[in-house]
Amino acid sequence: MDASPPATIDLDDLGFEGGAHLLIDRALHPLAPGDRVRVVGSHRDLALHLRSWARSQGHAVDGDILTKGTTGAQRWRSAVRAGTVDRPADRADPTWGLAARGALVEGGGPALTSADLVERDVVWADIAAKLYAQALAGQWDPNTAIDWRSDDDLPPEVEDAVVQVMTYLIENEQAALVVPARHLARIHPQFREVVAFLATQIADEARHVEVFTRRALLHRTTLGTSSVGGRASLQTLVDEPDFTLASFLLSVLGEGTFLDLLSFLERHAPDPVTRRVAQLTRQDEARHVAFAQAHLEHRVATDPMVRGALSTAIQRRHDALRQSTGLNADVHDALVLLAAGAFTPAAVRVGWDRVHELEAAMREGRRRRLARLGFLPDEAERLASLHTRNFM
Amino acid sequence: MSAGDRALLLGAVAYDPKVVTIWDGFRAWFAEQDLPFDFVLYSNYERQVDDLIAGRIDVAWNSPLAWVRARRAAVAAGCRVSAPIMRDTDRDLTSIVIARAGSGIETTNDLRGKVVATGAVDSPQATLLPLDRLRGDGLEPDTDFMVRRFDVGVGLHGDHVGGERDAARALVAGEVDAACILAANHLVFAREGTLSADAIRVVAETEPFDHCNMTVNDDVADRADMARFCELLLGMDYGDDRVRPLLDLEGLTRWLPGRLDLYQPLERAVDRARFYDDDGRITARDYRP
Repeated sequence: MDASPPATIDLDDLGFEGGAHLLIDRALHPLAPGDRVRVVGSHRDLALHLRSWARSQGHAVDGDILTKGTTGAQRWRSAVRAGTVDRPADRADPTWGLAARGALVEGGGPALTSADLVERDVVWADIAAKLYAQALAGQWDPNTAIDWRSDDDLPPEVEDAVVQVMTYLIENEQAALVVPARHLARIHPQFREVVAFLATQIADEARHVEVFTRRALLHRTTLGTSSVGGRASLQTLVDEPDFTLASFLLSVLGEGTFLDLLSFLERHAPDPVTRRVAQLTRQDEARHVAFAQAHLEHRVATDPMVRGALSTAIQRRHDALRQSTGLNADVHDALVLLAAGAFTPAAVRVGWDRVHELEAAMREGRRRRLARLGFLPDEAERLASLHTRNFM
Repeated sequence: MSAGDRALLLGAVAYDPKVVTIWDGFRAWFAEQDLPFDFVLYSNYERQVDDLIAGRIDVAWNSPLAWVRARRAAVAAGCRVSAPIMRDTDRDLTSIVIARAGSGIETTNDLRGKVVATGAVDSPQATLLPLDRLRGDGLEPDTDFMVRRFDVGVGLHGDHVGGERDAARALVAGEVDAACILAANHLVFAREGTLSADAIRVVAETEPFDHCNMTVNDDVADRADMARFCELLLGMDYGDDRVRPLLDLEGLTRWLPGRLDLYQPLERAVDRARFYDDDGRITARDYRP
């Protein structure tokens, strides 16, 4: 037994209600259970509080001598690190819960069962952190990024067409907001780069809903139409339970297709506000497509069987929507009119052709993205053509 | 079903919603250790003690006051109870009487003619024991000083700290001249901001007393499952991730064998306050659990 006198901690006039335990904990830290320290000080309630505090911490007190208990060591005996700071774990343990990646996690906590996506490969894309940084740098304020002052006096039919297209875009962007939001909380916080990126995607979509609404109401007090076919198409995205398949259908195919649509609107917008809105939202959408494409490429690289599931998902969605009309006819006609620019037979013919060229460009974009996922040319062509007529 | 065939049945008082979490957790842990165990919750300690003495439960997780009553009632019924288990944090507690600094109240004698706040009528730590401490100094409650009681959670034997906290608040607000609290709560109240330690002086402290225990009827004390229950409790390891959260909630770091010596101060306080009679009958006039 060590007969040397215990070290003395002088608390001066510091009381336990003011943090005295910090000094004692520091002195106890290097000691072993059973080791002793002498605690002295001038605070009036020192003896009273020392006993109370020590009892709650599992230490013993005899006069001014405090004997270290075993509680602290026992609490951390089975603690583990929640992965490493630099790299997400291949598989996150649900009992790490919301702990920071790399934190020392006390055992015995509740499992974060709501986050069922615990396999890294099921959610991962190496580019997530880079895209998140780009998203932060690329955030824009609708109040300052767009000059909302508009003295354009568009023909009523053209303004109606703009309002109809905006109404359609709002509906689609609400789906694009809800789908990642639904999956975000399912992703284990270990994969924080992915969670962070999806958070920016959700914020982007909320902003898109806002600016499309503001443009629609710039000269009008009512919105356009929402068709059953369009909503049925979007519902299949919201209902898709698998994160990878939802990303594929929404972002690779749907938002990928929207890149062409927004370019089309930017090109044929009848007024500067519409043009600017299309330009800004397209920049954001390009990031969403880039993440989803990278995630899908990661999935296919780590599990080639996933390609079959993607093919099946397209076919299943196509079958589910076989009985629906797809794109709202009002939207199609509005796009023709915007591309036409005037209500003359010649102009409408041009507008009509341009919309058909748009649809062909959309299909080609899908084919190209599918090819990057390793689909053979014929299969990529076939799957690209099965995509919903609603574009998203 | 005979008593021997059923799961060991424990009674606990639901003074807080966490009691369900604690005993649900222990129940599952005991099941993992192959000990059939169940529990029932009571709204107050008096009914729990009645059921213990009547044999409707095998063991009661008792307050110190419930222990005193169970011991007396058992003797009156011609049987005995024992207390084989308690928490490490149940030992050697004290209560204190506090006053505002600068109020001129330095000793218990200064409380003559003053108003002293207490916790609930049935709180050992915030009423019965500190008032008996003053009685020991020759000050009879409601005669030599006025008692202002804060009856929160009556029937819970002070486990609901609300009355005790209200007493401290009344002292800080100047509504009373002194207050009775558990010594450990002096630090708790100071840290949470209920009172400022700088503005408060300790006027008196009780002798040490012990708090809760597992109270067992003698007719089940020798049962193998009761022995196993005690063995498992004493073997609970704070390093075990499954039980540590429950031990934290229940406020202990390890279970210890029970001891009876330090219930004497409360036995004396109960007698002098005429709270229970020798047979464990409730004799306090204004106690309605």
